[in-house]
Amino acid sequence: MNRLRFNLNGRWVEEPKLSPTTTLLRYLRDRLSLTGTKEGCAEGDCGACTVAIAEAGLDGKPQWRAVNSCLVLMPMVQGKTVLTVEALRAGDGTYHPAQEAMAKALGSQCGYCTPGIVMALFEATYRPDIKREAWKLDDQLCGNLCRCTGYRPIRTAAEQVAGSCPKDRFAEGLSAAAPQSMELRLETEGQKFFTPVRMGALWDVLDFAPEARFVVGGTDLSLEITKKFAKPALLVSLEGIPELKRLEETEAGFRIGAGAVVSDLEVWATSRLPSLARMARYFGARQIKHRGTVGGNLCNASPIGDLAPALISLGASVVLASRAGERRLKLEDFFVGYRKTALQPKEILAFVEVPRPGPSTRAVTYKVSKRRELDISTVAAGFLVELGAGGEVIRAQLAFGGMAATPKRAVKTEAALLGQPWSAATIDGAVPKLAEDFTPMTDHRGSAGYRAKVAANLLRGFFEETSLGPSPVLQPLHAGTVQTYGPVG
Amino acid sequence: MSTAPTATQTLPTPRPAGGEAPAQEPLTPLHQPLLHESGLKHTSGEARYVDDLPAPAGMLLCHVITSPHAHARLTRRDATKARAVPGVHAIYFAEDVPGLNDVGPVIHDEPLFATHEVLFMGQSIGVVVAETYDACRAAAKLVELDFEPLPAITTIDQAIAQNMWLSEPHVMRRGDADAELWKSDVKLEGEVRTGGQDHFYLETQATLALPEEDGSLRLLCSTQHPSEVQAIVSHVLHVGRHLVTVEVPRMGGGFGGKETQAAPFAAMAALAARNLRRPVKIWLNRDQDMAQTGKRHPFLTRYQAGFSKTGELKALKLETYSDGGFSNDLSRAILDRALFHSDNTYFVPALFFTGRVAKTHLPSNTAFRGFGGPQGMAVIETIMSRAAEVLQLEPAEVRRRNFYSEAPRNVTPYYQEVRHDRMPRLWDELLKSSDYFARKAAIETFNQGQKHAKRGLAITPVKFGISFTTSFLNQAGALVVLYADGTVQLNHGGTEMGQGLHTKMLAICAHELGISPRDVRAMNTATDKVPNTSATAASSGTDLNGAAVKVACETLRERLKPVAARLLGVPAASTSDILFAGGKVFLQSRPELALPFAQVTQAAYLAQVSMSATGFYKTPDIHYDKAAGRGKPFHYFAYGAAVSEVELSGLTGEHRLRRVDILHDVGASLVPTIDRGQVEGGFIQGVGWLTCEEVLFDDKGYLLTHSPDTYKIPAFGDAPADFRVSLLEGAPQPDVIHGSKAVGEPPLMLALSVVAALRHAVAAFGKPGAHVDLKMPCTPEALLTAVDLVRSA
Repeated sequence: MNRLRFNLNGRWVEEPKLSPTTTLLRYLRDRLSLTGTKEGCAEGDCGACTVAIAEAGLDGKPQWRAVNSCLVLMPMVQGKTVLTVEALRAGDGTYHPAQEAMAKALGSQCGYCTPGIVMALFEATYRPDIKREAWKLDDQLCGNLCRCTGYRPIRTAAEQVAGSCPKDRFAEGLSAAAPQSMELRLETEGQKFFTPVRMGALWDVLDFAPEARFVVGGTDLSLEITKKFAKPALLVSLEGIPELKRLEETEAGFRIGAGAVVSDLEVWATSRLPSLARMARYFGARQIKHRGTVGGNLCNASPIGDLAPALISLGASVVLASRAGERRLKLEDFFVGYRKTALQPKEILAFVEVPRPGPSTRAVTYKVSKRRELDISTVAAGFLVELGAGGEVIRAQLAFGGMAATPKRAVKTEAALLGQPWSAATIDGAVPKLAEDFTPMTDHRGSAGYRAKVAANLLRGFFEETSLGPSPVLQPLHAGTVQTYGPVG
Repeated sequence: MSTAPTATQTLPTPRPAGGEAPAQEPLTPLHQPLLHESGLKHTSGEARYVDDLPAPAGMLLCHVITSPHAHARLTRRDATKARAVPGVHAIYFAEDVPGLNDVGPVIHDEPLFATHEVLFMGQSIGVVVAETYDACRAAAKLVELDFEPLPAITTIDQAIAQNMWLSEPHVMRRGDADAELWKSDVKLEGEVRTGGQDHFYLETQATLALPEEDGSLRLLCSTQHPSEVQAIVSHVLHVGRHLVTVEVPRMGGGFGGKETQAAPFAAMAALAARNLRRPVKIWLNRDQDMAQTGKRHPFLTRYQAGFSKTGELKALKLETYSDGGFSNDLSRAILDRALFHSDNTYFVPALFFTGRVAKTHLPSNTAFRGFGGPQGMAVIETIMSRAAEVLQLEPAEVRRRNFYSEAPRNVTPYYQEVRHDRMPRLWDELLKSSDYFARKAAIETFNQGQKHAKRGLAITPVKFGISFTTSFLNQAGALVVLYADGTVQLNHGGTEMGQGLHTKMLAICAHELGISPRDVRAMNTATDKVPNTSATAASSGTDLNGAAVKVACETLRERLKPVAARLLGVPAASTSDILFAGGKVFLQSRPELALPFAQVTQAAYLAQVSMSATGFYKTPDIHYDKAAGRGKPFHYFAYGAAVSEVELSGLTGEHRLRRVDILHDVGASLVPTIDRGQVEGGFIQGVGWLTCEEVLFDDKGYLLTHSPDTYKIPAFGDAPADFRVSLLEGAPQPDVIHGSKAVGEPPLMLALSVVAALRHAVAAFGKPGAHVDLKMPCTPEALLTAVDLVRSA
């Protein structure tokens, strides 16, 4: 397929001549004058550009997903169905329940963020799971900033429509909106974008163009286009290859496809790897989680990528694949320097393997940031200890983000825990070792001193939080990253 | 340009809290829970903002060439290569400005384009005009600029040390503050710093300039001050204002950031459109907007306060400095307002306040909701918190003890008498309704049982002066246009930025003419409808424009009355008995003979009656003598109070707002649903300023926080889990439109209750009376630092 073809607001559209780095947002506004979708930041941090895309959920059935159109490159909608705010009002003038609820609750003041909020609420309307936990509503809407209302009326509107699952034309339309093959070879004005749908085709592309850059959801790479106005000559999308998206249980544990999006991972991991699910809760926002992938978050090798410390603490390995075959590396060894990985040319990160935690394992993840939601971590941590029969620490895997040039294990601190009883005294003895493991830096997110202090406190909090049970869950209305409530002492 | 028909009443109005929905449309929309007039259009995406308007044929785009240095001599500008880029139509520098190369709103100290010296990183040097943004950027890269860097002042402390000022000191004094301090039981000394705040309106700065006949221009501009944009564009282009029309469709948020700072960008688009005879749009992306425009002024105040043992404030000395940035903008008026609010609700028997605007090599700081008031109030509220901590008294009682009361304790530091004081009543009602004391006791118990989490509870008051403190600005106009079919186009001088001004104006207009708001359409604000307007600012939009709309409607009503009298068959002398309500015109004594409004207007047309009228209003009896520090700068005061409860983690410094109770005085609310939105939204914006929003420049003057990636306004989960907002009942304000009160800014300062509550939580980590040193904004880092300090004390 060398034509870009997708369904927009109920009509199939073909675009033969479009720069592959055109974002969906600019396409909607500049080409189609669909100006309901707004640009507030062009970096996925405000949600004003939110649209809905039908994507296959974990069960394989299509569902509406809110995404940031500012970060979606046009080839990424190949074969998909896209809805903008303009599609919601019926031909007879009837408003969608999300629109009506927002207007009645006075959920808009200046109205500029409103179409994006309506589209986030649109997804919420058709989510059967959203009312199961209170935090899911916050999670659904935290990707949409509003500067006027203070959010209370938006919450009122959301509570009315979220999970109402009306059997309307949008629910019915979903079955027809099953995503089609994303296969694409697009070449426009010197820019190329390939989306292979089989591994064999991927290797073919790489033989022909080893300099290709990989992209999946684009939540990081698109910033080069929207912020630095880069025009990459060749992008290869891994989004069309189904096996890279799989989330599977294996004999030894779990196999996570690098192409799995974080929102799917979050649901899947809840019962299997709760500490990973807890990190996913504060990963970006709903829109970002629908596009951001496990592989993307690891391969950009950012020192503040949130999944890395969570996965390292779980003892994860990465499976690197090429035409020649597969090789495995411990995840911590995958990061070889600031934003550098061990990937060789013509090689991709295909899977992440996580061993099944032992029975007396305690694992928690933490993310501390200036703002709780939709922020980049100042310090992130993934902690795992396994206790022996006598209550002594037989395994300690402590990983931090934001403390060094790469996500990194606290090797000396771990050593101080091994063989010791799992007690406050042991933690007190180990905490000073953090200063030997890390020399954090000062930036706009926090000072070196704060980072060091928080890292130590998180370790203390980890002990306190897990002294009651192995895998504590987030409490509603929690004040901090660490869930420590209870009697002193 | 026009606004589509209003959607105000196409949905049933929401029920008032606890009340039944009215069975039918009420006789008047006034004091009713209306929807936002554009609400449905917002949700459907139909509502258009400047950047959404269909591109006129041949439209060109702009890109501002900016300074990469905070302070440097600009020795060479050469755009020869840049002009050769395909698609580029022009590149303008200062010498291309036909009129005055200045956009300073009050004082002419702000060049449109820098010439020989650049004064902040991001300052405009020129503008590229091209067919696409790609061409704009390609050309901008080829513009050759040579600089000789000069030392840059990037903090308020450096500016003070180097004697860099934008104003003379403003002084207020009463009694002998030094002597009273000396005599006080307890003397507190310290400094309070408050940070900047980016407006983060979701819609960035934007103007579309359309060339019209006779060299005239029509500008569609996202601005709170169309008349000032018109004036500045006129003097930049050296043409009369009659050749420049500025129209505001609606703004995607303003918050003060589009009061003065829309004008420079509008002027660039206007310059290009006039020279090139083509439509020209300027629109800043988020990073450009944040880097090139000014923010809330950071303040530094050194204080000395004397208290009695029982917590009575005896004397207060304040030395206040604001960071004005590189030019004046509105900095002097903002500093004045900070001083005017350094008392908040407290009587200060002896005082000596000074305030001065410092000059730095940073963007020119500007109006932001509260306009200095929040910065002034943050100081006195910090002092009140500290006094209670030091004296180990209940903070709510220390505050209450110092409220204004009977003469002589009813005179502000600037010698205005406090009248219609609602504070004591409001305070007592809120303490009761929020269950303050019982919850405080419960929190003490909770805190004793927790090691790493502590809760805090606090109540703080707000008294905010209403009026532009530059007295002549307190004027407004309206133009009400009545058609023969009884429908109305409403023009007034205020602009809609989301605050619901149009909704309130529609309600007033419909009420005065006795018709449904459905038959009234709020038109785009435009300088060709109402001239010489003041900014929609200072919370004054409704007070001033509403009164003007009322006057215009009264004029029309008086003209219609003789026509109605004739139709009703009564003598013209009985017109005083004629009423307009419910879409009907009738005699009070014989309501059964009601005429449809449209029948009267049709008859009036045939009877050759003028069907358009202007209205004008000016606030009576306000004045201020700055040299003497005396006057009556405010028409009245708006009041409010908030009780906030927080929980703070002693491990990370993160906190959560558990519950907020607000009681706010808006007089007799014109539209309670709109007013509630202003209270809630203002509060959260204040919470952002005081907690998560941190504007950071590096020592070179580079803005580190130039996008929402690094600059964090409150998100959905930052709003309080339990948010209870009430409007003070039974409190109509005399001499204000229909008994209402201004509401735009005052609620922002209610957020100071969160800081007071956080101080309580911080203190709970230490021994009683431990010194709390909490910096604002109260980020997790600031809070953890404060916690560690009280723990180690």
